[in-house]
Amino acid sequence: MLEVSGLTTVFDLASGPAAAVDDVSFEVRAGETLGLVGESGSGKSVTALSIMRLVQPPGRIAGGRVRFKGRELLTLSERDIRAIRGAEIALIFQEPMTALNPVFTIGDQIAEALLVHGKATRREAASKVVELLEAVRIPDAAARARDYPHQLSGGMRQRVLIAMAIACKPSLVIADEPTTALDVTIQAEMLDLLREMKAAFNLSLLLITHDLGVIAETADRVAVMYAGRIVEHGPVRAIFRDPQHPYTRGLLRSMPGAADRGRLRAIDGTVPVLGAFPPGCAFHPRCPDRFEPCSTTPPSELRVGDAHAARCYLNDPSQVASRASRGSDHASPTTGRQSRTDGAR
Amino acid sequence: MLWVGASIVTVAALAALVGPLVTPFDPANQQLALRLDGPSWTHLFGLDELGRDILARVLAGARISFLVGITVVSVSAVAGTLLGAVAGYFGGVLDDVISRAVDVLLAFPGLLLAIALVAVLGPSLGNVLFALTIIGWVGYARLVRGQVLRAREFEYVQAARALGAGALRVLWRHVIPTAVPTVVVQAALGMAGAIISEAALSFLGLGVQPPTPSWGTMLNGGRAHLLDAPHLTLFPGLAIALLVLGFNFVGDGLRDLADPKRG
Repeated sequence: MLEVSGLTTVFDLASGPAAAVDDVSFEVRAGETLGLVGESGSGKSVTALSIMRLVQPPGRIAGGRVRFKGRELLTLSERDIRAIRGAEIALIFQEPMTALNPVFTIGDQIAEALLVHGKATRREAASKVVELLEAVRIPDAAARARDYPHQLSGGMRQRVLIAMAIACKPSLVIADEPTTALDVTIQAEMLDLLREMKAAFNLSLLLITHDLGVIAETADRVAVMYAGRIVEHGPVRAIFRDPQHPYTRGLLRSMPGAADRGRLRAIDGTVPVLGAFPPGCAFHPRCPDRFEPCSTTPPSELRVGDAHAARCYLNDPSQVASRASRGSDHASPTTGRQSRTDGAR
Repeated sequence: MLWVGASIVTVAALAALVGPLVTPFDPANQQLALRLDGPSWTHLFGLDELGRDILARVLAGARISFLVGITVVSVSAVAGTLLGAVAGYFGGVLDDVISRAVDVLLAFPGLLLAIALVAVLGPSLGNVLFALTIIGWVGYARLVRGQVLRAREFEYVQAARALGAGALRVLWRHVIPTAVPTVVVQAALGMAGAIISEAALSFLGLGVQPPTPSWGTMLNGGRAHLLDAPHLTLFPGLAIALLVLGFNFVGDGLRDLADPKRG
């Protein structure tokens, strides 16, 4: 369905170009949900915008391929990509407060989705809007269609955004943190609704979130993103049971109710900012298991199981062997400090 | 404040509309025997240096002032909004060209540029309108460009693009409306500015040509008689001051109304 390979999106900062998305590859198969996980600033949203070619300057897509149903999206004309946006690939934004225009009724805004793609005449749109609002379980849909966004609760607004997304019956929906702005009880409702819509409209879903709980509940496969790169990907069960990348392990440990039932463990350090990503494996300054090659050369993707791969030298037998022969030096203060100065550079 | 301003403007507009039909005197009719006569019951504002009824001329001049204000403001507001929106939304070369034009025009004192333009083109009402529009659109363009730069990042604008809406649709439906309150305030203040500028140009003999009465030309005519017949300058001067004050009040009042920080 969607095949992203080598996608690289750079931002031209004053200090030079910086890759917010660096050589990212993944695929979303027909009918499945792929979870894209990572902390804020890891490049998840930029990945979503890049797929839809909505990256704005100073950002630009520097390379890679995005194939959707056999068509290469990155080379399409502006006109052709517009025909795909909203109609074939829909994007659900994070903030239901701000993703709706306050000066139009929600009916107007859902109708816009239909009108833009010529899926309905102005007259037909009104009844389709009511159908869509009913589909996303908004009670008294006909009356609600005449409401302005401020008259609805956060959960209702998020339902409206979902209605807009499915209006043109797209085959892929990209949901960028669809539950983050909502409180917990409504989050669950929203995930149920997304699952239901997915089944009803036969959608594929690219679910972007920082919340592993959401992933566990909704996704079939997971890709973990850190500092613009996908560091691990695989089936949900494999990732949760047997995470291979130290970052994934850290994320799982910092999740409430995680496996070891102990204290919540945060990952040391902070997410690097764009333009100052550390060399080598970008996670190495925060990694408890770093050793020599980590700070110099980024590891390539290594298969660690059935459809499960990670970018970590710990999974490279030859590196681990040479580390063992040199003796365990990974945690020595000198290496640590050195790698940190490397990172600052 | 808004209501005081609105009342002044409404009364003035009605006077301009109805006044000339009601006064018994023709603004161009000369009664040389009565020249420079002060206010009386027949001639409420008195008579000017050629014996013309000043009330009739003030009322006729109001029409010119409104004509200039409305034309200049509407054309420059529309043009400035469109150019500013295009510059802010598309950026790049378009933005460079438009923004540099704005910078250049803003570098000149506006009225001086208008004087130069009319001096080259020749004094006439049409050229006054043209000159004032040329300097007028700049303010709107700069304001709207700034607003559009902000609005471009709004999530609902991004959402509209993600829906497949084209640039013009996004601009028209989602971006430009956010600039409307600013433009309306600017337009009210712009009316005051255009009226003063027209009066100034006419005062200098570069605007409306006699015998058409304009408040600026009337001021100029009264200049020689400031001491012996002050009513020649007093009434048109008052008219200008009041109407400009009215529009400024309206502008300030609307600005307060559009400001979410004030209830």
